[in-house]
Amino acid sequence: MKKNSLESFAPFAVEMKGIRKAFGGCVASRDIHLQVKAGSIHAIVGENGAGKSTAMKMLYGMLKPDAGEIWIRGEKRRWRSPQDAIRAGIGMVHQHFMLAGPYSVLENIILGDEPRLALGWIDRKAAREKLEALSARYKLTLPWDQEVAALGVGMQQRIEIIKLLYRNASILILDEPTAVLTPQETAELFVQLRRLRDEGKTVLLITHKLKEVLELSDEVTVFRGGEVVGHRLTQNTNADDLATLMVGRKVNLRAEVPPPPQLGEAVLQVPELGFEVRAGEIVGIAGVEGNGQSELLAGLPRGFAGFIPEDRHREGLLLDRPVSESFVLGHQRRKPYGHRFCGIWMLDRAAIETEYARAAEEYDIRPRSPQVNARDLSGGNQQKVIFAREMGLRGGKAPELLVAAQPTRGVDVGAIELIHARMIQVRNEGTGVLLVSSELEEVMALSDRILVIYGGKIVARFARGEADEHKIGFYMGGGVA
Amino acid sequence: MSGILKRLLQPFLAVALGLALGLGIAALGGDSAWVILKALLNSAFGSRYDFGMTLFYSAPLVLTGLSVAMGLEAGLFNIGAEGQMGLGALAAAAVGIGFPGVPWPLAPALAVFAAFLAGATWGAIPGWLRAKRGSHEVIITIMMNFIAAGVASYFTLYVFKAPHSQNSETSSVAAAYLIHPFAFFMDAPVSAALLLSLVIAGGTALFFRRTVAGYELRAVGANEMAARFAGIDVGRSQLLALTFAGGIAGLAGIPEVLSASGRFRMGFSPGYGFMGIAVALLGRRRAMGIIAAALLFGALQKGTAYLELDTQHVTRDLSQILQALVILSVSADGLWRWLKNDRL
Repeated sequence: MKKNSLESFAPFAVEMKGIRKAFGGCVASRDIHLQVKAGSIHAIVGENGAGKSTAMKMLYGMLKPDAGEIWIRGEKRRWRSPQDAIRAGIGMVHQHFMLAGPYSVLENIILGDEPRLALGWIDRKAAREKLEALSARYKLTLPWDQEVAALGVGMQQRIEIIKLLYRNASILILDEPTAVLTPQETAELFVQLRRLRDEGKTVLLITHKLKEVLELSDEVTVFRGGEVVGHRLTQNTNADDLATLMVGRKVNLRAEVPPPPQLGEAVLQVPELGFEVRAGEIVGIAGVEGNGQSELLAGLPRGFAGFIPEDRHREGLLLDRPVSESFVLGHQRRKPYGHRFCGIWMLDRAAIETEYARAAEEYDIRPRSPQVNARDLSGGNQQKVIFAREMGLRGGKAPELLVAAQPTRGVDVGAIELIHARMIQVRNEGTGVLLVSSELEEVMALSDRILVIYGGKIVARFARGEADEHKIGFYMGGGVA
Repeated sequence: MSGILKRLLQPFLAVALGLALGLGIAALGGDSAWVILKALLNSAFGSRYDFGMTLFYSAPLVLTGLSVAMGLEAGLFNIGAEGQMGLGALAAAAVGIGFPGVPWPLAPALAVFAAFLAGATWGAIPGWLRAKRGSHEVIITIMMNFIAAGVASYFTLYVFKAPHSQNSETSSVAAAYLIHPFAFFMDAPVSAALLLSLVIAGGTALFFRRTVAGYELRAVGANEMAARFAGIDVGRSQLLALTFAGGIAGLAGIPEVLSASGRFRMGFSPGYGFMGIAVALLGRRRAMGIIAAALLFGALQKGTAYLELDTQHVTRDLSQILQALVILSVSADGLWRWLKNDRL
């Protein structure tokens, strides 16, 4: 897009008019109207299940709208497949990267659009030249010949972005791009996205992190319940305004933490790192990812404690089974789910459904049905299922120890509020909580004690309120006292 | 109700498409597709005898299909149903020859039990290796098929050999072991052994639906790491899955030994164990689906048996072409999504 004096009359890069999409009887998008200015960063915010992704998938040609029109740069378009959208200059970086691990960076980028020599040989030289030019222009450098599997997520995301540029995309859709990034990687990504915008690209950013919206975007469109409920210029809004729009009611963004009750006995001891967790306190481990958190978690005893795993897809859920089966995972031999009958452990499906219905109500898990596959729930709702399971909703008794690893990663505002409130509640009831999180804000808000982990060691310890973000950040970055 | 119909629609269309493609290919040989189809249907369902033979071919397929599905549910690929079935059949025959004094209702039950035990043992070995040593079950079960064939051949030729027979087969089991065919199907050897397949199908459905062990086994197949973190003994579930899978496959030879030939004949199976893989996939690992798929494949097996006689240019190999095309069209997920118009 050229910038010129007629900019205000220039057509929108993307315009959706009255878009509607239903799956079966369930309306996922209702009368979506969206206008995105060329050369801007436009945030699409909303809770999980608000219809952001559905709308973007239609824009990208992965789903076909039931009604409505999509206009790209002032032209009405219809996609038969994502290929059509790609040809029209639209690119999408999915939340879960679509990369082939064993292949090199260069091979991943050109995959599906390889420059060819005679006999179908790949013209690697031409590919490399094109990529060098792109990387010089957008200041995105990458190790072209490295195997992708060996690279960190920040790098992998950069590959996804270059992939779009390589295909001449001018409209870039990024789905929750910071969900898996460290604070540093996030900062870097933002620099890159601003540069892309300044070069004339249009960026659509799907997210639910309001802080990032305010920091990065030019305009915001808010989705709720499959509808667009608001549109703002970023400079004219704030986090409370957006959160209220997203959730549809006033949201408490900062959890109220009453003073800790009487501390009980130690419920967890980790002599290797020199700390313990006592009943009735929240101990927060702050640190940049990859500093020994995973090793710490792997070494903890499982079974007796509630455990919110770091990676809920891999460690916590049966994605392709009905969600109620994930809900009882690990408790299948406990009352009321399992009982012995003539020496054989039988499973009481009715009890499972009853308990699940209760949990779904209490934790507001949507949809309520126990039959949907866990995969079809949003991240926030998946996390609520795990939370409900691990908090020992059955019988109503919370576990002695709750280990929560990245409990709000990829989780929407409403669910974060609920999960935080729950953690505080069980702590008040005498559960010892170990919170491991790379979200410093979260650690600071919830923890009675903060331990900073760096290089596999605890390098600093603070009581609540003793240290601010900068001081903790200093130790997270490896600063020596 | 419409939900059930919808779920049935896709496999039904897939089967129709696969058959249509296969007949189209066969028609290139010179016979008209219509003639081939008529010959097929006639041979599979044309008379009580024909239908009986279709059922006779289907019964073992239900069991091998269930066996493969049992493994798949635990995330394991049991390629060993053929060998497990062979040893199960041999064990049934061995008991029938070795203990001729057992009275009637007990005798066939004993043979069935022996068949299950032999198959289960043969399945437990790769299961144990997988659970304890992490050995890949595909390789082990494939190799165990060859070993099973060797073992069966040794016992047939050197231990239980029928003294005056030119064929590699054992002598007959005692009369008390025989389950007599239903008269309704004329000379087709369809007996109460058929019910065994249905009982086992119902049993596995119950196992998965109602028992904790079944739930755990499926959890291991759905997400091994999550299952392990949840405290499930993954190795035990894997061992259990392949043991049951082996036992169920072991029963697949019962109709042959107790109702058809009354003995163990080497090479009695046209590949039931391997066809079980296709049956399990087509039947979507569910009991009802597997029964339906087994009937289809049984009908193909019987329907093509005399195709050389009924047509000019088509041979019984068409059966395998049709099976392959049915599987291809069933697994063409993209095609069905496109038809449903959900994605473009």
